[in-house]
Amino acid sequence: MSTATAAPETTRGLVEITKVRKAFGATEVLKGISLTVEPGGVAVIVGPSGSGKSTLLRTINHLEKVDGGFIAIDGELVGYRVRGNRLHELREKDILKQRTEIGMVFQNFNLFPHLTALENVAEAPVVAQGRSKAEARERGLELLDRVGLKDRAGAYPRQLSGGQQQRVAIARALALDPKILLFDEPTSALDPELVNEVLDVIRELAKSGTTLIIVTHEMGFARDVADTVVFMDQGQIVEQGAPKDIFTNPQEERTRSFFSKVIEPAFNI
Amino acid sequence: MSSAATKVSQSAPEPASAAPGTAEAAAGTAGRVPGPTKPGPRKPATDYADYSLVSAPRPWRWVGTAVVALGLAAVAWSLATNPRWEWDVVGQWFTAQSVVKGLLETLKLTAISGVLGFVLGFILALMRLSASPLLLSVSWTFSWIFRSTPLLVQMLLWYNLGYLYEKISLGIPFTDIRFFEVQTTTLISQFAAAVLGLTLNQAAYSAEIIRGGILSVDQGQLEAAAALGIPAWRRSTRIVLPQAMRAILPTAFNEIIGLVKGTSIVYVLAYSELFYTVQVIYNRTQQVLPLLLVATLWYVVITSVLSVFQYYIERHYSKGAVRTLPLTPLQKARKFFATHAPVRSLR
Repeated sequence: MSTATAAPETTRGLVEITKVRKAFGATEVLKGISLTVEPGGVAVIVGPSGSGKSTLLRTINHLEKVDGGFIAIDGELVGYRVRGNRLHELREKDILKQRTEIGMVFQNFNLFPHLTALENVAEAPVVAQGRSKAEARERGLELLDRVGLKDRAGAYPRQLSGGQQQRVAIARALALDPKILLFDEPTSALDPELVNEVLDVIRELAKSGTTLIIVTHEMGFARDVADTVVFMDQGQIVEQGAPKDIFTNPQEERTRSFFSKVIEPAFNI
Repeated sequence: MSSAATKVSQSAPEPASAAPGTAEAAAGTAGRVPGPTKPGPRKPATDYADYSLVSAPRPWRWVGTAVVALGLAAVAWSLATNPRWEWDVVGQWFTAQSVVKGLLETLKLTAISGVLGFVLGFILALMRLSASPLLLSVSWTFSWIFRSTPLLVQMLLWYNLGYLYEKISLGIPFTDIRFFEVQTTTLISQFAAAVLGLTLNQAAYSAEIIRGGILSVDQGQLEAAAALGIPAWRRSTRIVLPQAMRAILPTAFNEIIGLVKGTSIVYVLAYSELFYTVQVIYNRTQQVLPLLLVATLWYVVITSVLSVFQYYIERHYSKGAVRTLPLTPLQKARKFFATHAPVRSLR
């Protein structure tokens, strides 16, 4: 991963979301979302709660099934296979295989509490990719080192602080060498003083050539790290663009009013 | 925390967490501590490190202890001196060959029905959590029927199955092809009826216990495992079950302990487990109470052994659920003798 700037790296991890719709019961959460994230790009999705940001993220690795539209990664449909002019739903086994290429980091970490930090990181490479245990361990230690937690490899999640847990969760997502990493409000469950240690790790990743899609409320971080900032409201993308354009000169009234409420405290840092 | 309580060297003891005696020490020496408002050079803070600690008096604890100790002594005295307990008879029969044989039968029934019951219960729990309405309702109906009929009735029903169905056969339904056919009465022995009754009853209860345990695991755990591409079977065995075990174990051991004593109900089938054996003996010798005591003592022994297992198995599965594992009794004892101080496990 450290040789991220090599040429082939930048061609993997193209995400194309086309007219995706999703409803929970009568509530339409996604109303035809289309979004393209270039290989190695960093897209930050912002918006009020209930705008469908997290749901959109979860459709990308098929944790939520879409009701309409489709999502493709490097041209390959997520959750379906094209045969003739039909889309066949993939079997569980194939979906799991697709998911190994898409890492996900959750708001409340979801580390396995009965496994140590290292076991958390080394579990999936063994069972999902068939690597040897020794190899997975070695790579796990390397990744824990990268997030600054090599000395806590034997600790259980409850013995770690929130920031440390989230860094382990990032290492766990990286262990499968994903093309794409999804972050679902990775710092929302953290004490303010622990937020930066996690954001610093994500900043490092942004330079590595992995495609990142991040849902966050940290506007300062979004401005630093994003190629594209996407503003969502009520299941639709209202506006998207480079951070300097969208933050300083938003075109839509809704974007402007949202930023006026959230940006000032965040930029005082 | 105990180490903090043995030293009084902190210059400003907090009233809330102060050890017993600290308050007294502070009050007794208050005059020597200069107040913050007084001008002039401060005297160096008094070092209390060499002072000895006196615990606060707790008279009611002593009264309570005395009353309970007196009660215990009375019970022990009556057990030892009342000749009607017939301890010599108890001792004579406690390890008698027939009693031990009955005991082994009890253990055998418990082990077989316990294992089969929990395996079947696990399958029923998975069925109950399945998305298929048929599997779900079959599992629900099973639990409903077996939890709503008395175990005694179930037992007699299984034993008298031959009355309802003379022959049991395996073949292709609606044809005359039979792979084997057997008289029900030869297939359902006392042992088979006992195992069948206990197992099915146990399965109905353990299904609910296991289902409860599985439901207690956070949904995020499954999502995280799915997002990592971990296959479904591995998700259950490696991620969900080990966490569910924490909720399952205390109740499961309750069930197994209940099963140990529940096996005594098979005396209605004249099956010679511990309780039936004891009954046969006292019907012959007329020493009813001492022999019931023999059975009781054995049940206590089995339960005690199971409790020890329970402690260590629960401890194993609490890995990662508590910050620091509580000390085992052995470790506590060792620490006690090493420090001569009462120990409390750190939470």
